[in-house]
Amino acid sequence: MSKNWWKVLTVVLLVYTVVMGLLGQAPRLAILNETIRNLYFHVPMWFGMTIILFASVVYSVRYLRKPSDRLDVLAHQTAQTGVIMAVLGLATGSIWARFTWGTWWTADPRLNGAAVAVLIYGAYLVLRSSITDEQQRARISAVYNIFAFCAAIPLLFILPRLTDSLHPGAGGNPGFSKYDLDNNMRLVFYPAVIGWTLLGVWITNVSARLTFVKHKLYEKQLA
Amino acid sequence: MKSNWLNCLSRRALLALAAVLLPMLSAVAQQTAAAGPEMADQLRQDGKIYVVVAVIVVILVGVLGYLISIDRKVSRLERELRD
Repeated sequence: MSKNWWKVLTVVLLVYTVVMGLLGQAPRLAILNETIRNLYFHVPMWFGMTIILFASVVYSVRYLRKPSDRLDVLAHQTAQTGVIMAVLGLATGSIWARFTWGTWWTADPRLNGAAVAVLIYGAYLVLRSSITDEQQRARISAVYNIFAFCAAIPLLFILPRLTDSLHPGAGGNPGFSKYDLDNNMRLVFYPAVIGWTLLGVWITNVSARLTFVKHKLYEKQLA
Repeated sequence: MKSNWLNCLSRRALLALAAVLLPMLSAVAQQTAAAGPEMADQLRQDGKIYVVVAVIVVILVGVLGYLISIDRKVSRLERELRD
């Protein structure tokens, strides 16, 4: 149980996020109105995705330095969780955009960059499933994973800032300081980021362990 | 004697000033609330927001409970495989 303390923390933080996210004080802003509370759910998806995809690329680099089945599985499962979080981030962003900007999607540098980044990672999953030889699959996908991370980060965080965008944190304005200045929101936002990220880690933990069990079972069957 | 009278006058002047200014303060506050962007104040006053919170918490706890049960199933598989 002491090994699983962070899972308890995940549950506590997420329940806190939902309750305080809906009941807590939020600044009264035009256009955004109550939708400002989406900040506790939409933005942590992207924070969590970035952290989890960074873990994935670390596993891939470690795999290339010292190949092992374990590192390959971990790189794959973390990337998968990262893609799911990114897709949820896109979907929630689209809903939010519909009711604040008036459209589901617009050719905005931030939005298109995020979509391309998701497609790049989608290609990682397709690439993996298309190679049957295990060692070849692990090595090629590890190399591709490094490329994918290096391509996705500028698309998500650097290029949108160089031009004008509807999305906060673009066109030279840093992050979302306008809302972040509000200390009431900070009290919920930071726990939310930690909570949702830990949830992603937890899901990855379970799916990776299941894959380890599967691989061990195959080995036993072969022996 | 003279200072006492002055004190009394200044106190009265202060009270009169307060009587004029304090209602203005509340009027200003009302004005900003009315002019400020619209929020779901009625939903909060009705207490219906707690219904939304309860529903989301039930779903969140349900999903997390499911994740915990899958986690424990995998742990059991790991133990069985080890033995």
